[in-house]
Amino acid sequence: MNSDTKQALLQKIRDKLGDDLHEVYEEYQYPLLRINRERLHETCRFMKEELHFIYLNDVLGTDRFTSVDRFEVIYHMISLRDQQRFFLKVFVDEEDPVLPTVTDLWTSANWNEREVYDMFGIRFKGHPDLRRIFLPEDFKYFPLRKEFPLLGVPGSLELPSSTPDHD
Amino acid sequence: MSLDRVMGEGFFTTTLDSLTKWGRSNAIWPMPMGLACCAIEMMAFAGPKYDAARFGSEVFRFSPRQSDVMIVAGWCTYKMSHAIRRVWDQMPDPKWCIAMGACASTGGMHRCYGVVQGVDNFLPVDAYISGCPPRPESVINAIMKIQDKIKEEQSMSLDS
Amino acid sequence: MPSMELDQNISRKRPTFFPQHQEAIYKSLEDKHATVEVDKSDPLATRMILNMGPQHPATHGVLRVLMELDGETITKCRLDTGYLHRGIEKMAENKTYQEFMPYTDRMDYLSPYSNNVALCLAVERIAKIECPERANYIRMIGCELARISSHLLWLGTMIMDAGAISFFIWTFREREKLYDIFDEVAGHRFTVSHSRIGGINNELTPVAVEKIQKFLREFPKELEGWHKLLDRNRIFVDRNNGVGQIDHENAIASGLAGPSLRATGIAYDVRKFEPYMHYDQIDFEVPTRTEGDNLARYYCRMEEMAESIRIIEQCFKKMPKKGPVRVDDAKKSYPSKDEVYYSMEGLIHDFMMTDTGVCPPAGAEAYHAIEAPKGELGFYIQSDGTGHPWRMKIKSPSFSNLQGLETILDGEMVADTVVIIGGMDPVMGDSDK
Repeated sequence: MNSDTKQALLQKIRDKLGDDLHEVYEEYQYPLLRINRERLHETCRFMKEELHFIYLNDVLGTDRFTSVDRFEVIYHMISLRDQQRFFLKVFVDEEDPVLPTVTDLWTSANWNEREVYDMFGIRFKGHPDLRRIFLPEDFKYFPLRKEFPLLGVPGSLELPSSTPDHD
Repeated sequence: MSLDRVMGEGFFTTTLDSLTKWGRSNAIWPMPMGLACCAIEMMAFAGPKYDAARFGSEVFRFSPRQSDVMIVAGWCTYKMSHAIRRVWDQMPDPKWCIAMGACASTGGMHRCYGVVQGVDNFLPVDAYISGCPPRPESVINAIMKIQDKIKEEQSMSLDS
Repeated sequence: MPSMELDQNISRKRPTFFPQHQEAIYKSLEDKHATVEVDKSDPLATRMILNMGPQHPATHGVLRVLMELDGETITKCRLDTGYLHRGIEKMAENKTYQEFMPYTDRMDYLSPYSNNVALCLAVERIAKIECPERANYIRMIGCELARISSHLLWLGTMIMDAGAISFFIWTFREREKLYDIFDEVAGHRFTVSHSRIGGINNELTPVAVEKIQKFLREFPKELEGWHKLLDRNRIFVDRNNGVGQIDHENAIASGLAGPSLRATGIAYDVRKFEPYMHYDQIDFEVPTRTEGDNLARYYCRMEEMAESIRIIEQCFKKMPKKGPVRVDDAKKSYPSKDEVYYSMEGLIHDFMMTDTGVCPPAGAEAYHAIEAPKGELGFYIQSDGTGHPWRMKIKSPSFSNLQGLETILDGEMVADTVVIIGGMDPVMGDSDK
C-alpha cells in the first residue's frame, strides 16, 4: 500500500473530475471517493483504462434511509499494478433509482448489479440481463430496504402443498 | 382359503411381516437431500469413522426412485422447497423422512424471510435430529429410531 | 396437469411453481449470445435444454445449471443460484457483532474458522481494537487448518465425482483428524465460533498442541502418497487437462478469485497483497500456474496444502510462549470467565457486551479481506454508533467464482461439467448469502 502512488492516483482523479468529486476520505488507508452520479460511467472508464483498476471486486448497495439521496451504490475496485484498493460511491435517490451499468467495462459487474437490483430495486440501464439473482422473480419486494420486515411478508413466497395431489 | 383369511391376521402374515420388517429395517437406503453444513456431517456419517454401511445404508442413492429414507440436511429456502417436495413425491412407498439439524426441523438460527421454518410445513417428517450441526452419532440415533418405527408399524395384512 | 408446448425446436413443460421465475430464466438462456437473426433451422431438433437441477449429487450443494446442448457440447448455459439464500445481511442488521459470529460459520461451511476470523478482523478494524499477538498466531493456525480441511473436502469430492470413490474415504479420514483437533481447541467439530472480537475464546490446551503437532508430522506423508497416485495418472490427467480453460484476461474480467485465479497466472493472494495478522513475518509462497485449466487448479490447491503445513510450523516457532488471548478492555471484548464468575464488574461487563456489544463510532466504515480457501472473503461494515451494524456486506469468493463458471462452461462437453464444477469448488452457503 504505497501512499505516494495513492496520492498520485487521487490527484489524477481530482484533475479529471474537478467539482464533481464531492468528497474524498480515507478509512484505514483505503480512499473512498464520492462522485456525481452523472459522471459515473466516465469515471469508471477512466479508472479502468488510464489508472489500471482492472479488477472489479464488488458492487454493493446501502440504504441510508434519508429522505434525499436514499440509496448509495459503492464500486470496489483493485489495481493490481499499483497495489491499491479504491472505493467509488454514488448516491441514488428513491424516486429515480436508475444508474448506468458498468458491465461493458467489467464483466464481473453483471451478477453484482443483479444483486443490488434484487436487494434494493436499483435498476441499471443497459444491463444485458437484469433479473433477480437470489429470490424468484415472483417475489415482489426488495428485502434489504429498511422498511422490509426481517420475517418477510406472509404469503409473498409460496410453499408447496403438503399432499401429493397438489390441491 | 380365501384371500382375506390368508392375508388377514394369521401365522402366514405375521411371519411374512417379520421377514419384511427385518429386511426393510436393516437395509435402509438413504437419499441425502444435503443442502448446507449438515450435509458435511452427513458425509462424515457415511465416512470411515462413523460408518453408515454397517447399518445397511451402504449406498447413498441420489435417485429418489431407489431409496427409502430422505434425510433433509440443512436449511430449506422457499425457492428450494418445491424441488424437495417434487423429489419426495417421486419416492415410492414405503418412505420415511428425517429432518437433520435445527434448520431443517424448525428453521434453526435462521429466522428470516428466506427460510422455511421447518420442513414439516410441507413434508411428513418421521424423525427430528437436533444439533447445529448434529454429530454423526445423532444421525445414527435417528436411523435407529426409524428402524424401530419400521419394526413397529409396517404390516403386510390387508386391513392396515 | 402440465401441458406440453412444442415451441419449434425446444419442447418445454409449463412450470408448476414460481412460473415467472422459470419463464424469466428460460428466456434469458435463449437470449444469451443471441444475434439479430436467430437460427431456427434445426430440423432434427438436436438442440435441447438440460436442467442440472438444484438436487444433484455433483453440484456441491444446491446449484441449478441450465444448459443448452448441441449433441454433447454445451452451446450456452445459465446458472440459477439463490436456492440457499437466507438473507444474512438483513439478519446482521438486527444482531450485535458477536451474535453474528455463528452465522459466519455457516457461510463457507467447509472452513468455518476463517470466516470467523474475517468478521473479527473487520470489526476490530472499524472499532480500532488491537488484538494480542498470541491470539493472532492461534487464529492463523486455525485459519490454515481450516484451509487444509476445505481443500481436503474439495479433493475428495472432485475425485469422487470423476469416478474414484476411495479418495473420498481417505480424505475424510484426514478430515476426521482435523475434526478431533477442532473439537479439542474449540469444543465443536467444525462450526466453531472460536474467535471473539478482540481475541479468541480460550487458550490452546497442551493436548490440542500435541494433536496439531502429530497431524503436522503425519499429513505430509499422506499428501505425498496422493501426489504419487494422481500426478501422473493417465486417467486423471486426461480428465482434467485442457478442461475448463480460461485465460488470465477473462479471469480478471469475470472476477474470479482464489486458486481459480491463481491457476491462470495472476498471483493475487490477500496474504501477500495486504498482509493481515502476522503473515508478513511468515515465509511462504503463493503457488501459481499459467495454464488456467482444471489440472492447474488441482496443482495450486495441492501445493497450498503443503504451504499451509509450513505456515503452521513457523507459527508455532514464532508464537510468544505466554500471553493474553483477548484484549483486556471491557468496552471492546468479553471478560474472561474467572472475572465473570467471581467479580461484580466482570458480570456487568459480560452482560453489557452481550446486550449492547462493541459500539464502533457512528458513521464509520471499514473493509477487511482475508484469503479464505476459496478466494478473497471480505466484510464491509457501516456503523451507526450502536452495537448493530447499519450495513454489513459480505464479499464472498464463491459468488465471483460462479459468475466465472458461466463463462467457462460455454463450449465444454456436458460430461466435463461435473469435473469443472468440482475444480472451481463453489460453496453455496457462501455464494447465496
